[in-house]
Amino acid sequence: MAAYIVRRLLLSILVLMLISVMVFFLLHIMPGDPATIMLGIDASQERIDSLRKELWLDRPVLVQYGHWLAGAIRGDLGKSVIFREDAAGIIADRLPITLHLSIVSLILSTFIGIAAGIVCAIRRGGFWDSVITLLANIGIAIPVFWLGILGIYSLGLHLGWLPIQGYTSPFDDFWLSLKRSIMPIICLGIPAVAVLARQTRSSMLEIVRQDYIRTAWSKGLTERKVILKHAFKNALIPVITLLGIQLRTLVGGSVLVEKVFNIPGMGRLLVDSVMSKDFIVVQACTLIIAAVVLLANLIVDISYGWLDPRIRYQ
Amino acid sequence: MSINKKDRPVQATIADGAQKPVRKSELSRFFRVFFGRWVVILGFIIILLFIFASAFEAWLSPYDPIKPNVVESLQPPSSEHILGTDVLGRDVFSRIIYGARVSLMVGVIATSIAALIGMAMGLAAGYFGGWINNVIMRITDALMSLPPIVLALAVAALLGGGLRNVMISVGISMVPTYCRLMCGQVLTIKESDYVTAVVLSGATDTRIMLRHLLPNSFPPILVLITLNMGIAILAEASLSFLGIGISPPAPAWGAMVSDGYRYLISNPLLSFAPGVAVMLVVLAFNLVGDGLRDALDPRLRGIL
Repeated sequence: MAAYIVRRLLLSILVLMLISVMVFFLLHIMPGDPATIMLGIDASQERIDSLRKELWLDRPVLVQYGHWLAGAIRGDLGKSVIFREDAAGIIADRLPITLHLSIVSLILSTFIGIAAGIVCAIRRGGFWDSVITLLANIGIAIPVFWLGILGIYSLGLHLGWLPIQGYTSPFDDFWLSLKRSIMPIICLGIPAVAVLARQTRSSMLEIVRQDYIRTAWSKGLTERKVILKHAFKNALIPVITLLGIQLRTLVGGSVLVEKVFNIPGMGRLLVDSVMSKDFIVVQACTLIIAAVVLLANLIVDISYGWLDPRIRYQ
Repeated sequence: MSINKKDRPVQATIADGAQKPVRKSELSRFFRVFFGRWVVILGFIIILLFIFASAFEAWLSPYDPIKPNVVESLQPPSSEHILGTDVLGRDVFSRIIYGARVSLMVGVIATSIAALIGMAMGLAAGYFGGWINNVIMRITDALMSLPPIVLALAVAALLGGGLRNVMISVGISMVPTYCRLMCGQVLTIKESDYVTAVVLSGATDTRIMLRHLLPNSFPPILVLITLNMGIAILAEASLSFLGIGISPPAPAWGAMVSDGYRYLISNPLLSFAPGVAVMLVVLAFNLVGDGLRDALDPRLRGIL
């Protein structure tokens, strides 16, 4: 097990290094001088020169990369051109917001999605199976941003039940935070529920065809026992693999949801920085998002190896 | 040895009978399963309408989608403008029809970019194995550790907005799935006896890859391509919604949702209608993709 964990960890670090190379060269494939592009044409020569110096643009590219990477490892991701603050500091303020919404959404959608998938698999071809399968198809196809607007119109503007914008931390004002985060969490979660329900359904259907399930039935076990104890536990393995990917999807969705609901999180920061050509922050955001997703996948992989010993020896 | 002339036609019938009905039943089984569920037929019809709308946009739409007509700004739905008009007085229905071509183009071209690059990478990784496989798979892992929309945003930040760049960035963000799927397919097919036979007969690497591995791994790739058409259209709509995709005044569904958002209280249809268009088209590609998967899945043979 220890060897397996170490191997996974090294692999994640390798992939993160690759990401850092891609993210770094993002800035350098662009035609023209990065400093001029970021500051705009009307910036003073003095400011451009100082930014060039700050980014070590006058050195060879590999030295620049080394400098940037060394900084990133120390937690220094450069200074935002727009905010004139440390990118790491800006991200530290905003990452918790995105993680709060994504993780709550991940937990809720996991329970709902798995339950829906099991219902479908047990009643295959029945009424609930058709309804849930159709809803899951719609859930995957629905544009998250449009769903948000629909919610704002119906629940916010029309019925006045929920606030339509902004974010409050649950530690500051729990009720306000809850009310403000209900719609973003639902918007983020619906595609996730849909994907999980489909995966659980097909993986359950795969399992119930196995011989040991027939054995369990022929032993005279109740349906409840066969489904929950024998089928579900084994069907869960591919579903758990999906959870790492789900967090990735949720963070991606938060780019859109944070824009719709005006939430000052990572996704919003990324979009704003892309728009204002603040590439230092774009680099930093991309790197941090990749690191978070890799960490989630690492945790999933480790728990997976723990749940299913066959994986460890591959 | 004399062949009885009377026997020959009989033999021929047996030979035909042994082969032809099998092929026919394969194809008819495909169609029976594919069109067996009403949702798949529904999806298929929506896709046909979508292609029809993008082919005959000028003929179908009652008004010019780009020319402003400020006098008729923000009109509610009426018999003249069935979905109303936007802030510049442009007919929303016409703009949605014109938006179909933009979506279809992004879908087709972005998916082609992703499929070509991803399949080439996966083919090379699966066939050659060793360090080539390692390098390609680690690059795929790296691309996969970013949410597709973040990857597309990063590429769009580099290239800038506009139709061409949106197609490239959405395409790149979909490469890793093809690479993984193709690699897995090749690894399985490589072990089969007929590939061993081809290798022993002295075929070159290129020939083995292009003539044998590529066509035989195609069915699941076809399913992925269908599903990705929907995903690409959704991604384009998302980028356009964020204001990084297709630049105005060109009609793009995502941008129309975003433009209409400002007039949500007075004219909610402005942002609802294009969103419905996105959802229907993406749903249709998903339904058809699922139908194709069932119809092409050899394990379901005899069950469905």
